[in-house]
Amino acid sequence: MNRITAKFEELKKADKTAFIGYVTAGDPEIEKTAELVLAMEQGGADIAEIGIPYSDPLADGPVIQDAALRAFESGICVADIFACVKRIREKSDIPLLFLVYYNTIFNAGNEEFTSSCKDVGIDGLIVPDLPMEERDELKVYTDAADICLVPLVAPTSKERVKEIAHEKSGFIYCVSTMGVTGIRDEFNENVTEYLKDVKRQTNLPIAVGFGISNREKVKFFSQYADGVIVGSAIVKQVYETGGDPEALKSFISGLTNNN
Amino acid sequence: MNSTKFGEFGGQYVPESLMHPLKDLEKAYEEAKNDPEFKKEYDYYIKEYVGGPSPLYFARNLTEKLGGAKVYLKREDLNHTGAHKINNVLGQVLLAKRMGKKKVIAETGAGQHGVATATGAALFNMECTVFMGEEDMERQRLNVFRMEMLGAKVVPALSGTKTLKDATNEAIREWVRTAEDTFYVIGSVVGPHPYPMMVRDFQRIIGDETKKEILKKEGKLPDAIVACVGGGSNAAGMFYPFLEDTDVKLIGVEAAGKGIDTPLHAATFAKGRKGIIHGMKTYLIQDDDGNIYPVYSISAGLDYPGIGPEHSYLYHTKRAQYVSITDDEAVDAVYQLSRSEGIIPALESAHAVAHALKIIPHMKKDEIVVINISGRGDKDMHTIVSLAAKEENK
Repeated sequence: MNRITAKFEELKKADKTAFIGYVTAGDPEIEKTAELVLAMEQGGADIAEIGIPYSDPLADGPVIQDAALRAFESGICVADIFACVKRIREKSDIPLLFLVYYNTIFNAGNEEFTSSCKDVGIDGLIVPDLPMEERDELKVYTDAADICLVPLVAPTSKERVKEIAHEKSGFIYCVSTMGVTGIRDEFNENVTEYLKDVKRQTNLPIAVGFGISNREKVKFFSQYADGVIVGSAIVKQVYETGGDPEALKSFISGLTNNN
Repeated sequence: MNSTKFGEFGGQYVPESLMHPLKDLEKAYEEAKNDPEFKKEYDYYIKEYVGGPSPLYFARNLTEKLGGAKVYLKREDLNHTGAHKINNVLGQVLLAKRMGKKKVIAETGAGQHGVATATGAALFNMECTVFMGEEDMERQRLNVFRMEMLGAKVVPALSGTKTLKDATNEAIREWVRTAEDTFYVIGSVVGPHPYPMMVRDFQRIIGDETKKEILKKEGKLPDAIVACVGGGSNAAGMFYPFLEDTDVKLIGVEAAGKGIDTPLHAATFAKGRKGIIHGMKTYLIQDDDGNIYPVYSISAGLDYPGIGPEHSYLYHTKRAQYVSITDDEAVDAVYQLSRSEGIIPALESAHAVAHALKIIPHMKKDEIVVINISGRGDKDMHTIVSLAAKEENK
């Protein structure tokens, strides 16, 4: 079974919410990325999302944009990231996803990219600029390789949710609010209604992301979702500590309250 | 065939948050397109406000000088605000009004589309925000003042290369956040469906007027039409009414910058591969990993790493031909047209002129070439003057 699906089943039995942590590959440098992912796991993250830096990250706010710029400055390329995932896999069975813009995949070739993911042990792809209307061209390959192509829903998806969420495995990524990634102090008051509505329309676990940055918010969203995703807050922390794995481990512990 | 695409090109490669606003836009545009009142209103403003139809001018001096085909110039430079951009802006702003939106946002490179959008927003009393690369704001200060004069807010795009591509990213990011009450006025035949089709429809007036006028003046269609291509809106609008007339050669001219064998160019077809940018699948200048590569042209309006998906389709099907012209050739063409006809073209349009200057002498005297003069050159005087000063100091 796919590691992501298995993890959600395991957590469901234990009545726990999945904590999904994000780091940008190559920030501050690719040698650190594997250590940081393992540190997240040790800090209590259930699933890790690795961002492949892209020149034009349309769905990202300034924090993750800047992380991509730092990664490029460190000389990152996509092949390095696959090699890094391979190293992580030698040490850990944590479910791993790529957050990757579609041109990175399309440029490599949908089939080739998927098979490279399979080879190194990637379990899922989150492609923020590939809505349901366009996803089939990639999905034929990810389905065949048992890699989850995680569908995203937004507060404005409404009648689209049912069709978007029609998946056999993985989870549904619920974008908390309109806008790009980044730390937010406030969420739309309708956000809980929206999450309940998505939950009603799918049998798969739902995870919520965008703007979630502290323990209080992680706890709040745990009431309505099967998983909570933290990105920008982690990237900011990694930046401020110069990519120190120990510091990240305790930061994640603080978010998951696993210490 | 998928109706959001031209062959395999185009589509809607955008975050899910934008799918709902795009569907709304698509529906509103379909309704407007079939509403005679909408067309009437658009035509009214094109005539009374823009000053259309723009003339199709027979360039006698240039024709005699080159000694080949007869040269006609489609004078979009005479439009209010100085370029073809206003045709599209009026269409989109009227659509925004119809959809009950009170705010518009836009991206701009050289500032021509920004000025046109600020103009349309002033005319219809809308709040206007224009995203412009910080680099471009420096290069095109005059247009920043013009936009502010018209009441628009100009926001510097600080991400990436700080040029048109990044201004477009910022505008899309802002639209993701504000789509409920904000209309995004895209300036070219780019972006997710329905923009490439809609912008082409608002620009087809260029080709429609040309066709009508050339038949009146010459009793036949031209043998070749030449237009510059950045995102490609003036060319798309000019070409579209002639697509079925397969005897008419359609030529798009890209920016070769310092030369297509240098890294400094914006020649998407000469040097690009298929990829995804700004919500569309199209040809794109990118590196080995698919990251969008910084492009360059002396003309800010052609300084774009992608190209409208319909052009990718026309390129693929070979209905249109695409060539490239260097900075030097374009600047030379500005001088030639200025001195032979008393018309100073924009540096963008000068790329089309430059290619026409190459092919016309080899054509027969009874053949006809139409060059689209998409904009006027006032905005480029600073660039050309400082270039001339540099030459003198050599």
